[in-house]
Amino acid sequence: MLDQTPKEIIARSGICINPLKTCQPVGALYAALGVHRCMPHSHGSQGCVSYHRTLLTRHFKEPAVASSSSFTEGASVFGGGANLKQSVKNIFDVYDPDIIAVHTTCLSETIGDDLNSFILELDIPDGKRVVHCNTPSYVGSHVTGYGQMVAGFIKYLAAKEEKSDSIGVFPGFVNPGDIRELKKLFKLMGVPAMILPDPSDTLDGPMTGSYQMFPEGGTSLAEIRAFGGVKRVLALGLLASKEPALVIKSRCGVETDLLPQPMGIANTDAFLKRLMDLTGHTVPKELEYERGRLIDLLLDANQYYYQKKVAIFGDPDTVAGLLSIALELGLFPSYVVTGTPGDAFVSQCQEILQEYDVPPAKVKAGSDFFELHQWIKNEPVDLLIGTSYGKQIAKAEDIPMVRAGFPILDRYGHAHHPLIGYEGTRRLAELVAGALMDRYDRDCPDEDLDVVM
Amino acid sequence: MDYKTAVLGKYNARIYKSRKDHILEVKEGQTQPIAANTRAIPGIMTNRGCCYAGCKGVVVGPLKDTCVITHGPIGCGFYSWGTRRNKARPDADGNNYIQYCFSTDMQEPDIVFGGEKKLRKAIEEVMAIFKPKNIMICSTCPVGLIGDDIHAVASQAEKDYGITCLAFSCEGYKGVSQSAGHHIANNGLMKRIIGADDSGHIGQFSVNLLGEYNIGGDGWETERLLKKIGYNVVAVFTGDGAVTDIARSHRADINLIQCHRSINYVAEMMKTAFGVNWLKVNFIGLQSIARSLRDLATYFGDNGLIERTEEVIAEEETSVAPTIANYRERLNGKKAAIFVGGSRSHHYQDLLLDFGVETILAGYEFGHRDDYEGREIIPEIKEDADSKNIENLVVEPDRRYRAFLTPERYQELKEAIGLEEYAGLIRAMGDGTWVVDDLNHFETEEMVRILKPDVFFSGVKDKYVVQKAGVVCRQLHSYDYSGPYAGYRGAVNFGRDLTMGLFVPAWKLINAPWRESNNA
Repeated sequence: MLDQTPKEIIARSGICINPLKTCQPVGALYAALGVHRCMPHSHGSQGCVSYHRTLLTRHFKEPAVASSSSFTEGASVFGGGANLKQSVKNIFDVYDPDIIAVHTTCLSETIGDDLNSFILELDIPDGKRVVHCNTPSYVGSHVTGYGQMVAGFIKYLAAKEEKSDSIGVFPGFVNPGDIRELKKLFKLMGVPAMILPDPSDTLDGPMTGSYQMFPEGGTSLAEIRAFGGVKRVLALGLLASKEPALVIKSRCGVETDLLPQPMGIANTDAFLKRLMDLTGHTVPKELEYERGRLIDLLLDANQYYYQKKVAIFGDPDTVAGLLSIALELGLFPSYVVTGTPGDAFVSQCQEILQEYDVPPAKVKAGSDFFELHQWIKNEPVDLLIGTSYGKQIAKAEDIPMVRAGFPILDRYGHAHHPLIGYEGTRRLAELVAGALMDRYDRDCPDEDLDVVM
Repeated sequence: MDYKTAVLGKYNARIYKSRKDHILEVKEGQTQPIAANTRAIPGIMTNRGCCYAGCKGVVVGPLKDTCVITHGPIGCGFYSWGTRRNKARPDADGNNYIQYCFSTDMQEPDIVFGGEKKLRKAIEEVMAIFKPKNIMICSTCPVGLIGDDIHAVASQAEKDYGITCLAFSCEGYKGVSQSAGHHIANNGLMKRIIGADDSGHIGQFSVNLLGEYNIGGDGWETERLLKKIGYNVVAVFTGDGAVTDIARSHRADINLIQCHRSINYVAEMMKTAFGVNWLKVNFIGLQSIARSLRDLATYFGDNGLIERTEEVIAEEETSVAPTIANYRERLNGKKAAIFVGGSRSHHYQDLLLDFGVETILAGYEFGHRDDYEGREIIPEIKEDADSKNIENLVVEPDRRYRAFLTPERYQELKEAIGLEEYAGLIRAMGDGTWVVDDLNHFETEEMVRILKPDVFFSGVKDKYVVQKAGVVCRQLHSYDYSGPYAGYRGAVNFGRDLTMGLFVPAWKLINAPWRESNNA
């Protein structure tokens, strides 16, 4: 496995090898699937949306619908306005969604298609909406693409004149299981909340024997409208929710808190503390007990985590959260990497690391799996935490791996579970201990195999 | 009931007009034209991918002794990294680059100021780290639009590093589907690789396997059979394939075509340039395998080979017969729908029949009319604006041209084994069954509802749509992470997987007991 990867590291500026990110449009598509009766639409060649639907389907093991402007060479020369017009008519005629959420691609961006004016010229049926965002693939990553789409919904649909008693939440690039956990936290705190987007029920739908292209679930048009008048918005994930947080502040004057993902105990504590400050509500006993059970677990299993070296990789907001969890478990993070470019990630992670008395870690944005692998070849680790492509390194170097983040293509049921909240940390703590203990059992001499651990 | 009207009747006039000639009910004994390889309709959810996917993803991606660099923003390279299950083992030098994804990861300044500089730098770094003998560059949409000259960069790299470096202008917007990318890749292999190596000895009974991508290990199972009989497999295009092998492939005695759609250009061009005859084979399904092996033995006309072929068929059939019979007992009488890329929708009908399963609906995602109606239709196919943009490479007989057969023997074999012929999918299907080209999401839902197949074979984008509707869907692109399905052992795997899919205990648990009375 990966036998051509040398230990010797050569500085690279031209070639990315084994990417740790993908392009903006797939993030935009994912965000749009969390809106009720919304058809994500990719303005470009149909190959893009084929790849994106495939990736999302493989991650969620669920249908991921989306349409395309199906550019040909002609459209690439003369512009894609006619293709968009025809697409929108056909989509409303055949699939009848309430909203079409258009995102651009490197193709339509490079030729300079002006989506604002295209959309103004569309013939849109009464009560239906068409929104858009710009997601050139040569900027950012799938995480920023996600943020662009959420911001696009706000730009087009949030109404300043609305009044709502709810807290608005941008959940960031997380799984349906995280959304359910968020809802649980708000419910237990007695705080009414609206979440945009909400892929629970749209991307973890039940088996009923009948297929619904637009299932129940997803943030509704009315709810997005009402976002313009919420008391406050909690924008989770410093990168994924940055853009929508800026937009809702500037468009609707809504105050926002841009917070790290509530992953790990300190982050979840801070999140709940913020809710307390905003609402005056107290944390119920049920949540305190949940927190207590988690701390109990960490103390009980401590010896299996203690100073084990870990490499953490994936998307910036998730990796920062996983880093917090790893430190709380007592692991020693050696490598903390993302493929998404941006220095903010590095400073965020360094700040987290500074709170702990641990050896220095290598933290890098804009990295790739190849670089991570070379680092590991030079200084090995005991554990990998991250996304599915990491399994190549796990196999090549014989390192146990715990899957977390996006994409996870080789597991079933993972997206039902949270990484956020105390419950998310509890789950990760269990997975990590299990992986490390299994490895010990596998490698130890027979006389050292203990049934009781 | 007229299913065609039932499905198409829900379309607006413009879509109706575009789609009506892509769907037909098979009338046995009739010549039935079908519209194919035309533009997808904007907004209508097609399963099709793009030109890049056909070139990089399908044809050149599997070459294990080659660093394939995707020149473009990160997505395209990422999505085509290790996702197609085209398996490969390291070559004699220990190289296997298919586990790697190489991308220039173009950023905004590269789009504004041009990406050639970054591409050159990328090649320099790949050479410094991996020292490959071959590099191939595949371009993505923006590269063509900003006018990067990837061919000039490739030529320069050949001079600078003494390697083989090919460039493919396979931008996603070209053509109407992956099919354009297959053609572009075929042209590149023909221009630069095929015929490049005359060294060494090619044994007798030498064959190339074309259009075999070794998904789930299919190619290995097919090769096992061929080698067992006594054939020399010179090159496989391109599953577990290598540029070093393909460079020698012009000296083989025959080209065996598995996937007609993606590789027939190479077969035709090798015939013209080097005189290599081709034979359409199918190593999917017991009857098809036996027929393909017998046809091949007939081609060589060697008595020892013919005898050995019969021995191997008998031995292999005997070894799998009880298991096949066992699965057949559980599957017999089931109805299937198949919608895959370019050739499998035909191939798998043979395998299904081994289990007593009839195909009631079939179609190709990116097939051409000849894949449906047979190759004799080719002269009648009109070029359109999209197909004209793909280079139609004209080759001349090479100085090394070698006719393996006398003209008389060639004619005899044409009649006896259908040498250089392909009759297409429609003729393989029964009266009253359905053929739909570029079946889309809406039509899939409708056809599943109306025709009620017991199993639907398609890809991952359809899989959960169909299964949520209560019909088992098996992926015939990736084999649902199983396989091989080719050859005799593959048939057993397929029977097991299909039986498994149909008899999953959970199918019976869908209705909660307190809901059953409502549904009764």
